[in-house]
Amino acid sequence: MSLMKRISLIFRSKANKALDRAEDPRETLDYSYQRQLDLLSKVRRGVADVATSRKRVELQVTQLEQQQTKLQGQAEKALQMDREDLAREALTRKSGLINQINDLKAQHAQLQGEEEKLTLAQQRLQAKVESFRTRKETIKATYTAAEAQTRINEAMSGIGEEMGDVGMAIQRAEDKTAQMQARAGAIDELIASGALDDASQLNAGDDITRELESMSSQADVEAELMKLKGLSPGQEPGAIESGSTEGGDALAEQPETSTEGEQPR
Amino acid sequence: MIVRVLGEGQYDVSDEAIDRLNELDAAVETAVEAGDEAAFGTALAALLDGVRTVGVPHDVDSLDESDLILPPPDATIDEVRALLVDSDEGLIPG
Repeated sequence: MSLMKRISLIFRSKANKALDRAEDPRETLDYSYQRQLDLLSKVRRGVADVATSRKRVELQVTQLEQQQTKLQGQAEKALQMDREDLAREALTRKSGLINQINDLKAQHAQLQGEEEKLTLAQQRLQAKVESFRTRKETIKATYTAAEAQTRINEAMSGIGEEMGDVGMAIQRAEDKTAQMQARAGAIDELIASGALDDASQLNAGDDITRELESMSSQADVEAELMKLKGLSPGQEPGAIESGSTEGGDALAEQPETSTEGEQPR
Repeated sequence: MIVRVLGEGQYDVSDEAIDRLNELDAAVETAVEAGDEAAFGTALAALLDGVRTVGVPHDVDSLDESDLILPPPDATIDEVRALLVDSDEGLIPG
């Protein structure tokens, strides 16, 4: 038997499992209709959930892009101040963001796809539920019990298949959204921890900003001093001299002596 | 014949066109058996394209049952295998 045939048979049996509960065929109709309405509200919620995730990813992309711009600005400023080391650091961080942004954009596209699929699924189900409702009322009003059974079976199997299809679409969207939620959560944590430096907190500053600021205020002080002394700024070299950075040495010495359990934070 | 592409909807396909689709279906089946994800992706895309090309969308508000049901376009081999397992679990959530 072909793959298509096998899938069809099994899918149908799974889809109908949920619907053949009630003993009285007319009760079955009402029971099924209730399940259809439940599923409709479920698919609507699904659409809303995916949209929320998509917006969250959008916000993260914006934040990371702002951060990129900021690092670019810092690199330029650092270069103007002849601090190639700081400029290099800023550019390194900036390049680290590019992968994150591309990854998020791919996720965004995927979420958008899921949202569209679910919206269409919702529309299809809506149309079928509406026809089922009409059919249900007709069956109840017009037919004798014997006739009703055949018509009920027809209506039920058709809607059952659609419900199974929509049920699967919801499940797939939920799975994908859950995966992305986890990744988005990780990025939120990174932003919160300052590792990516949240650009929405513009004045909080990071180490590069602080160093650039202290340099320029130092430079301002020196310039004022020069003025007071009646000299023009720049005549005395070395006015702009930042504090020595011994971080590199300290780190280099550490690994051999550090014991486990003493993880520097 | 009515063919449903999961996640996409139902299509009316003429009986003559089904033969051609059966060939495409065989390619999908071979790829599933071989566990060849790349070949599977290509074969499934060809099969679904075939359905969309020869078929016309079935009335959206009809309550007709499909004669054939096909996996969604972005399905993986694992998902197709799951479709072939007859479990007690229903498909409709809630």
